[in-house]
Amino acid sequence: MKKLFALLLAVLVLALPLTLAAGAEGETAKDYSHLKGTTLNVYNWGEYISDGSEGSLDVNAEFEKRYGITVNYTNFESNENMYTKLKNGGANYDVIIPSDYMIARLAQQDMLEELDFSNIPNYKYILDKYKGLYYDAEQKFSVPYTVGMVGLIYNTKMVEGTPDSWNLMWDERYKGDILMFNNPRDAFGIAQCLLGQSVNTTDKAEWDAAAAKLAEQKPLVSSYVMDEVFNKMEGGEAAVAAYYAGDFLTMYDVNPDLAFVYPKEGVNFFVDAMCVPKGAQNKEAAELYINFMLEEDIAVANANYICYASPNKLVLESDDYDLKDDPILYPDESAMPKTQIFELLDEDTQLYMNEKWNEVKIESGNNTGVYIALAVVAALVVVFAVVKIVRGKKRKAMY
Amino acid sequence: MKKKSFAGTLYTVLILFFLYAPIAVMIVFSFNAGRSTSVMSGLSFKWYGELFRDRATINSLVNTVIVAVISSIVSTIMGTAAATALFRYKSNVLRKSVLTVTNIPMMNPDIVTGFALMLLFVFCGRALGIQKDLLGLPTLLIAHITFELPYVILNVLPKLRQTDPNLFEAAQDLGCPPLRAYFKVILPAIMPGILSGLMMAFTLSVDDFIISYFVSGPTSQTLPIQIYAMTKRDVTPDMYALSTIIFLVILVMLMLYNGISSQKSPKKVRQRHR
Amino acid sequence: MNRSSFRTRIAGSPYLVWAALFILVPLGMVAYYSFTDQSGRFTLDNMARISDYTGPFLLSIWLGLLATVICLIIAYPLAYLIANSGEKRQRTMMLLMMLPMWMNFLLRTYSWMTILGDNGLINTLVTAIGLDPLKLINTRGAVVLGMVYDFLPYMVLPIYTIMLKIDRSLVEAAQDLGAGRLNVVKNVIFPLSVPGIVSGVTMVFVPSVSTFYISQKLGGTGTLLIGDIIEQQFQLGETSLHVGASLSFVLMILIFVCLTVMNRFSDSDGSVLV
Repeated sequence: MKKLFALLLAVLVLALPLTLAAGAEGETAKDYSHLKGTTLNVYNWGEYISDGSEGSLDVNAEFEKRYGITVNYTNFESNENMYTKLKNGGANYDVIIPSDYMIARLAQQDMLEELDFSNIPNYKYILDKYKGLYYDAEQKFSVPYTVGMVGLIYNTKMVEGTPDSWNLMWDERYKGDILMFNNPRDAFGIAQCLLGQSVNTTDKAEWDAAAAKLAEQKPLVSSYVMDEVFNKMEGGEAAVAAYYAGDFLTMYDVNPDLAFVYPKEGVNFFVDAMCVPKGAQNKEAAELYINFMLEEDIAVANANYICYASPNKLVLESDDYDLKDDPILYPDESAMPKTQIFELLDEDTQLYMNEKWNEVKIESGNNTGVYIALAVVAALVVVFAVVKIVRGKKRKAMY
Repeated sequence: MKKKSFAGTLYTVLILFFLYAPIAVMIVFSFNAGRSTSVMSGLSFKWYGELFRDRATINSLVNTVIVAVISSIVSTIMGTAAATALFRYKSNVLRKSVLTVTNIPMMNPDIVTGFALMLLFVFCGRALGIQKDLLGLPTLLIAHITFELPYVILNVLPKLRQTDPNLFEAAQDLGCPPLRAYFKVILPAIMPGILSGLMMAFTLSVDDFIISYFVSGPTSQTLPIQIYAMTKRDVTPDMYALSTIIFLVILVMLMLYNGISSQKSPKKVRQRHR
Repeated sequence: MNRSSFRTRIAGSPYLVWAALFILVPLGMVAYYSFTDQSGRFTLDNMARISDYTGPFLLSIWLGLLATVICLIIAYPLAYLIANSGEKRQRTMMLLMMLPMWMNFLLRTYSWMTILGDNGLINTLVTAIGLDPLKLINTRGAVVLGMVYDFLPYMVLPIYTIMLKIDRSLVEAAQDLGAGRLNVVKNVIFPLSVPGIVSGVTMVFVPSVSTFYISQKLGGTGTLLIGDIIEQQFQLGETSLHVGASLSFVLMILIFVCLTVMNRFSDSDGSVLV
């Protein structure tokens, strides 16, 4: 039986050059039939894949159909969330899609599996400028999925004029209508850009200054959000928000009153890339999946659906790609904002940043009213208790 | 007392309005043509179709049902046995201390119960060197059984107190071995308590979010966790569609139940008069 | 008889083992994590960090108290009204009170966002009349409203149950002795319904104090509750698990103290001294 299988395999291998010649460009040449029936755990950001809703291509279903591999697809909310799940050991994932600085951190802590690029032939379609970036200089662990920048989203019906500065998020006039990032790296990034610092500073005084800036902003902020921003901006529940450029296009589809700008102080530029975490149980299928995501049809479907800029040549040259000339995703030289990338912070700075962020968040403003009220309640309880005890004693004395 | 006061009725109606306003909003928006849950842009049934197309939702629904069925059955069996034993402990101290421990998961905030169980699993995982797949269906089941057990016990215990101890002894005197006597005499008598315990355990399991949130893994997401993940980005009306379906199913079930028991009850009253 | 007590012990033992493993040991884990650092050494650092969180702790207790009191004020007359209506109406009312509890509480809370939002249903009405829109969402008031909404049935049900058990003849006796309606409620019904109130208060206060979902959805930047912080620590990972554990530990003790105080003083008569 085994022999027969080997023979069959040999025939298949021999036949491969033929099928490759006959098949369309980009078709994978290898035989993956032995992966049939296995499961692939994919862990990605929310709303970050073409999922078949409203007539789009269901990418995961397509993968399953083609290879017979079941895709178990789950979401995370932020890089830090994903890191925790991995680190706590509670999770088993085959493909993850974190951002640059998080990839550097995972790589540094030996939490990523080296990719076998011979299984990912489509890697050649990635634009050269996105290869070998600092977070993965030797290009061992990651394949870029999307690239993008952070920017300022505002509602033209609520904001006067055309803003061009992060200062808008510190503007008293929009008190209670401002949405800020709910993760330390992005939130500090904005304050640091505004203060003219490097987002990768190791100077604690600079972090203190940025934290003070965030604390100053807090009374004006309606809430700290991640993807909740979609509903709030679409529904006109807030005037100003900082978020990722690609997501603005999704919101704009629903609410055309929204507008977007790259503030002059500079913005964060990021790359989200596909990686395989250490100990993945289905690495071969993971590489197959990564390769699959780079195919023209799939990548175009994703780029059209999630609206982030694509690092894939095939997408940029495709006629089916609707956002090819979008000035926000692909600004030309003159409109290109100043950008900074998040580098890996050393352990010490990272802890310091988390601590400062925590302080910003728990500072709940003026609570004197609450304290007084609680004190009154406590006093009442004591009085009540004393009265009861005294009464109880009296009653006892009576008997 | 029987006369209906207008103020009372008004008060009741106002509270019902308060309780049902959000549910009404949910039902209305499940028919939204657009993808928003705050702006109505026309009527359509498309989210009901979308619901059954969304595999993640169906998967988590299946997980929820699996966890609920297994955990409620296990906790009912274990809880009934425990209640029987508790009832017959001769030592008062022992009974009291076991009851106190039983009360802990009910008194403790869910977040503490969940966090504590998560710590236990993480600790054990590290001690045993398990890195992958630590949190999953098994941990979820353990957690669910744990928080369901007290409710089962507290439903069964009062029924045990109501049973006539002489019955059990009479059965034994007539030569019935204790175990058989238990199954033949005691069990039927406490069946209503067991059933309501089972029902309660099942409901709690289906509805639990907080504890599950801490102890579930990527392959064992239940519906509430899925919903939580969704409310972190934007909830599409398909979740409302699901709630509407659940609402209708439960409404019908409760009305049927209500109809059956209200038909029964007049007889009961008559019996009492005799 | 000996044999049967042996059997009893066997029947109860799975539960005893289970309760020890998954109720007591996790609590021990919380204590262990609270007082150790990542390398497992004893430390008081985590406990010292708690003082940073005094604000959220007190705020949680205050909002929890408010929600509990409001629930009690709303629920008591309602339970009284239901308990004093006809049998058919009682059953319908109970059905209506239970039905929302079967719906996912995350979604029920979420739909309040649609109602309270800046462009939500209430504000649409308000602006239609020509008034300025109200600031409803992202406030502490909205959080308390969410708590009252989610947990109101937990207050109504136990009070209603205990009111059903009150002996009618006691009320009649009081009336025969010339007590007015108000006097009957104050001197007969209220004291007799205290146990129901106590369990209602517990069932509302505990989840309100420890909630994190409600404050996340309906609250703004000024409503960070202790539940939110524990959840955050869980999200942040390893180093934070220890702080999260110490927060859970303190929360547990706080709630325990609150409940003990309440239980002590709720017992009518001089049982305080016992």
